[in-house]
Formats: sequence, structure tokens, C-alpha cells
Amino acid sequence: MRFTKRSTKRSTTRFKMRFKNPHLKRSVRLLLLSLAVFAFLGAGDEARFEDLGHKLMCVCSCNQVLLECNHVGCPLSDRMRGELAASLTRGDNDDLTLQSFVQKYGPTVLLAPTAAGFDRVAWIMPYLALVLGLTTVILIVRAWRLRPLVLPEGAIAPLSGAELTHFREQARKDTEL
Amino acid sequence: MAQIGSFALLLALALSVYSFLAGLLALILKNRGSDRLGETARRAGIATFAIVLLAAVVLVVSAFQDDFSIAYIFHHSNRDLPGPYKFAVLWSGQEGSLLLWSFLLAAYGLVLRLRFRVDSRLFAHASVVIAGVQVFFLLLLNFAAHPFALMQGSLPADGAGLNVLLQYPEMVIHPPILYLGYVGFTVPFAFALGALAMRYPGEKWIHITRRWTMVTWGFLTCGVFLGAHWAYRVLGWGGYWGWDPVENASLMPWLTGTAFLHSVMMQEKRGMLKVWNVWLIFATFMLTIFGTDLTRSGMISSVHAFAQSSIGTWFHGFLLVIFAVCLFFFLKNRSHLRSEHKLESLVSRESSFLFNNLLLLLACFTILWGTLFPILSEWVEGHKVTVGPPFFNRVNVPVALLLLLLTAVGPLLAWRRTSLESIKRNFLWPAVGAVLIGLFLLATPQSWGSVFGMKPWQDMSYFYSLMAIMLSALVGLTVISEFVRGGRVISRHTGQNMAASMAHLAHRNTRRYGGYIVHFGVIVVMIGFAGSAFNQDKEQEMGFGDKMNIGSYTLVCRSYTQEDKANYGSEWAILDVFQGGKQITTMYPERRFYKANQQTATMVADRSTMKEDLYLVYEGQNQDTGRPIIKAHVNPLVMWVWVGVLIMIVGTIIALVPSAVPVRVAVPARVEAAPVGAGD
Repeated sequence: MRFTKRSTKRSTTRFKMRFKNPHLKRSVRLLLLSLAVFAFLGAGDEARFEDLGHKLMCVCSCNQVLLECNHVGCPLSDRMRGELAASLTRGDNDDLTLQSFVQKYGPTVLLAPTAAGFDRVAWIMPYLALVLGLTTVILIVRAWRLRPLVLPEGAIAPLSGAELTHFREQARKDTEL
Repeated sequence: MAQIGSFALLLALALSVYSFLAGLLALILKNRGSDRLGETARRAGIATFAIVLLAAVVLVVSAFQDDFSIAYIFHHSNRDLPGPYKFAVLWSGQEGSLLLWSFLLAAYGLVLRLRFRVDSRLFAHASVVIAGVQVFFLLLLNFAAHPFALMQGSLPADGAGLNVLLQYPEMVIHPPILYLGYVGFTVPFAFALGALAMRYPGEKWIHITRRWTMVTWGFLTCGVFLGAHWAYRVLGWGGYWGWDPVENASLMPWLTGTAFLHSVMMQEKRGMLKVWNVWLIFATFMLTIFGTDLTRSGMISSVHAFAQSSIGTWFHGFLLVIFAVCLFFFLKNRSHLRSEHKLESLVSRESSFLFNNLLLLLACFTILWGTLFPILSEWVEGHKVTVGPPFFNRVNVPVALLLLLLTAVGPLLAWRRTSLESIKRNFLWPAVGAVLIGLFLLATPQSWGSVFGMKPWQDMSYFYSLMAIMLSALVGLTVISEFVRGGRVISRHTGQNMAASMAHLAHRNTRRYGGYIVHFGVIVVMIGFAGSAFNQDKEQEMGFGDKMNIGSYTLVCRSYTQEDKANYGSEWAILDVFQGGKQITTMYPERRFYKANQQTATMVADRSTMKEDLYLVYEGQNQDTGRPIIKAHVNPLVMWVWVGVLIMIVGTIIALVPSAVPVRVAVPARVEAAPVGAGD
């Protein structure tokens, strides 16, 4: 389990390398240009970059959060980070930015279901389960409290030795912390 | 060798089928010969252990002999693989890990069948259930995932090698320990189902299985966190828990098992929650099968799943059969599970267990729901969605905090009814202490470290961290106050010093005080989790003499180099670490390239202290300059997680030790004093 991360500065030097392929290299240089712009973004945009980067997933099948993908030679994460930075530089709002990723990479790029359509069911169910669970517990408690005490038929007879031991044991169990 | 292994598996299947059928017949027939038939079934079960052990040994020996005629050995080993990993080949692939499941189940079955004199009839029922589960796994091993299948065509000169992510020392112990937890829950399940089927009177089956359940829970706890530690040290993304489906699969039975360990006390002491407990242990067992299914069938993609195949259908069928059998016996004998007492007050230990169970099951349901939702979404909408950390954290972090609150309050409540005066008396000082600690964290300067100078109003994650630490303090102080209160009474009567008195106290009721120590471990783990809100990371290319500043550290690259070994080649950097102007250490993050399977893996360099981890990853090399790219993380309080787990394990071990006979304090007149520290 982890809470969310405090945003930190990310060096852009990483984006200079890794690609031997000249086409990839060219595209990386283009991305570097956009990252250079990103370097001049205000603190607010940087926080947004961290925030949105933790709502997206690297789609190279490494199953990692976009900003945490450390998959050596990953063909996608650098490009996706560049696209995210470019989107923020353009001034796109959060929804538009995330939507553009969904358009390009499909719905699996989002790390959590959205709050629209069938995805809403994902969010509703745990709360529904809580309400149902609480109701069940309350009903159980109510039923237990209202349960009549069943007394043996006839007069209450004096307790025998074995019964007395049983009740003593029960009393010990009931009174200890 | 392959023939011996294959024959052993067939023989083991025949024996377990006999053990199951003969055992079942002996229970149904109940005539003069049934006892002898039952005894043959018991012996067949014992023999199954020996034969499955033989199959496992054959597979390990084949790995050491580099017998690549066996497909499994070819796919998971190679000649230069170090010895310990050749041993670990047994559980490094699907077929081998199913064989490990079967072997561990046979081992648990052996212990159970040797101890049958405790209650021969109940043990015979449990033995049949275990034999039934064993039949399923041996069917799988013989017909769906055969570990001794032979290679087709010409024999390869060398193996394809072990998955590089598994070539880490922890992998030699993590899977067996996790499986000991998974498989171990078969035993309480078998007893619960057996007791229900035979309408076993009283709660004796719970007393019999209590230690089994605790041992199993201890192994599962250890296995889950070893997995987290492995992920932290091997995957190199800087974290230890990513809500991956396989991580979730191991956590779900842990949550229901934890709920069972608590609620079962209500059945022992008050004869309540019988239906609940039976279904809890049924669900726990089914979740262990589901977890194995998830890890092994490739149903959902995961960084921990190292095998994918079509055996999912077998598991789904088996889960349906288990559910049907459990439901049948429940409907048939549910009248046997009536509660003996009623709840007398909401302010009681009973109600705290009810809410504790509600929260644990809610967390379990959320994880199950989130893990399966991608499949459901694909089914309904035609496309998968990702359910990742934001979903799980949003629901489970508040649930975990509420559980912490219950952990603080629950042990202070008495059975049946607790007066508000008593709660106030026991709770006041721990609550004041927790609030003071919270205020201290708010008032101190940020320069003291990550969790100091918190500003919870700035971010929800900081608020959760503050609450986690305050509630952990509350639990810790209530646990300490319980020890001190009990220790004082003993000290007064025996004249021992406080430490000796507290040890004496714990020994008198190991289950209760061992449980408190487990709770203490849980809060240490929670404080570790709270630190993750303050993680920092930075990535940079590091040439000779280059510097990187992160947190209070300055990293200076002294050198970087390459090395070639038999099994792998590696690139690594040598980084001097400075703090406050002084060099504190030198670290060596490394990246390896394994020759056999042509895969790369990172070897994280981690400097771990109670305050924080400095965690360095060798990300790769700039192809133009040849200089390494280093990613540095400063992760506060991570070591608290591992220390907390150790405390939990110690607590579990203490709870397993038999309690000393309580010393009764002599008092005048006819009033007999209650033994101090007696009861649970």
C-alpha cells in the first residue's frame, strides 16, 4: 500500500539517449525540444505533470505507472512522458490531456476507471458493499439483542457440580479482558 | 530420471485417489470393516507424501544434472545457473510450483494423519478433504501441467535459463514460504468442512486448528512481505507495493484469514458467529486457490506472474466444486451452527470484532472487485480498463485507518459489556499521547526529516500519513499500557522487576500478549506505509565526477565499469554518497545482462536506515556518451515496514508458545481471585 508521491524535479537528461535507431533518435530530439519547454514550466505545471503522470500507465506491457516505468529500453515511456509535457505546455486541462492519451493508447492507459459509463460501477461497488455490510451487521446485532432467552421448562433446579463448573468457566471467559 | 518422476506422479495420484475414496467410504459405511478401510486410507495419504517428495527430489536433481531432455528444466535452468537457483527451479515455473503446492499439501497432510489420535473421527473427515484437494493438484500435474514432459527433437546443449527477475536470493525462500501460507489454509478448511459434515459437537475443532491457522497466517504474512521486499529490491521502480493482481491475490486470503483469527474467538468464548466463521474459512481457502489460479493461469497480466497457460479452466472448475460442496454441507447442517448467546451491548468486545470483520472483508472485497473489474469491463463493454493504485488507495487507505482505530479500541473492551467509565480510564492517556504526537509532527520544522513539519491541509496523502502515525501511536500506547498494567499487578505480587513481570505476564497468556505484539508490529508497518507520502526521486546521467543532489544527499560518480561472469555480464556505477559534507558510503547500482535468456535486470543499490532509504537504480547507458543513467529515490521509513513484519512474526511465534499455568493469587476469606493474565 502506498500513499501518493510528493512531487520532485525530474532531470531531462535521460531523454537524450537509449535509442540507436536514427528515426527514433530524431523523434527523441523532437521530444527533447518539448521537454526543454517543460523545463521552463511553472511549479504548478510541474506538480500537474507529476499528478497526471501518476494517473497514466506505461502501455509497453510492463504494468508500471508511467512516471515509475524503469523498464530499460522501454519503447514507449519516454515518448509518453514527452507527450504529457507537450500537452501541459499547450495549456490543455487535465481532462483534455487524459482524454488525448485515451484516444491514442486506448482506455487501459488510465490507471483507474473513470467516473463515467460502466466504469462508474467500479467506484460505486465498494461503497455499496460498505452500506450492505453495515446494514447486515446492524441487522445481526438487532436480531441478537432481540433474541429471547430460552429458559428450560419447569422450575429452575439447583445446579449440579458439572454445571456449576461450566458456568464458572463461562463467567471467567466473560469477565476477562 | 524423467520416467521416475512421471511414475512417481502417477503413483501419487493413485494413492491420493485411494485415500480419498476409501476414506469417504469408511466415513459413509460406518460398519465393522470401515475402521480398517479408514486406516488404509490414512496410510495411503501418508504414502502420498513420500511419493510426491520423490517426484520433487527427482525434479531438483534433474536441474542439478542439467537434464535438458526434461522440457521444464530446459525452460527454467541453464548450465551456469548458480546452485541455489537450480534448487529454486522447483518453483520457478508453473509445473514445478504446482508440484510444490502438492508437496506442501502432502506434508501438511502427513502431520495431520500422524496426529490422528487427537480425535480420530474428526481427523478422518479432515484427511478425506485434504485427499480430495490433493487429487485435484495431482490430476493437474499428471494431465495438464506435467513437470517431467520431455523435449521434442534433438537435445539442446544448454537451457534457456531462469527468468532474470527470479535470480535473486529472496526467490529461494519467498515462494515456498508464501505457498506454506496458501497451502496451510487447506488444513483449517478441511477441519471446518469435516466438522460441519459430521455435525461435530462443540468448538473443539477450533481449538485443534487454532495453531494450524496461526502458523499458516504467519507464513502467509511472511510470504506476502517477502514478495513486497523482492519487488522493492528487484523490480527497481522504487516501491514495494503496486496493487498488482498477484500481490492482491496474496493479500485477499491474508485479510480473510486475519478476520477469521479474530472472529473465531467469538465462537470459542461465546458460541457466536458460527456460520460466519465457517464461511470465512471456506472463503479463505477458495481465495488461496483463486490466488494460485491468478498467478499460474495468466488470467490477468502481472509483474509477478511467471507462467501463463490454459490451466485456468481446471481451477475455475475446482473452485465451483469446492463452493458446491461447502454450500451443500452448509444447507444440510446449518441448524448445527446456531449461536448460543446473544449480543448484550454494542460497547463490547463482540461488536468490535464484528466491525473489525466488516472492515477486513470490505478491504478484501474491494481488492477482489478491483482485480476482476478489468475482466468484467471487457465482458460488458468489449474493452479492458486498468484498475491500479489510485482506485485501491482511495478505498483501502481509509479502511486501514479505521481498522487501526479498532485495533486500539477493541482490546480495551470487555466481553459482553463495557462501561464507558472503563473505556475512559483505559483510553484517556493513550488518546492524549496520540494527539500530542500529532501536534509534535505539525509543530516541528521540516528540516528534521520527511514526516516532520507536516502540512496535512496541503494534500490528502499528508493527511492520511498524519492520521496513520497518530492512530499507530494510539494503538502502540494502548498495547504498552496493557503490558504495564498487567506487569504492575504481577510485580506487586511477586516482587519481580517490571521487565520480568511483563515477560511473566506474556508467558501466562501467550495468545493474548503475542497478539498484542502482532498489533504492535502492524503499527510499525503502518508507520512505514505513511512514509511513502514523502518519497522523492530524481534521474540523471552521471559521468566521472558528476554530482546529483537529492534530499539531504549528494551523489558523486567516482567511476563506472563493466564486468563479465559465466552467467551474466554487468554494467555498474560507483557512486560516493555525501551527507552534510561528509562521505557516508559508496554505492554500486548495477544492471545485468543474462546470457542464457538474453534478458536484462537491475540490481538496486539500497542504503537503508530507520529514517529513510537511499535507493539507486542503474537505469541504462547513454549510447552516445557511454555514461550511466542513475535514478535515485529517497524513500522515508521503508525499513519500518520490514522491522514491523519481523515484530509480527515474533508476536505470532509467542502466541504459538503454550501458556504457562496461571499462578493463582492467594487472598483471604472465600473469594477466589481471578488469575492474572488468564484467558485470551
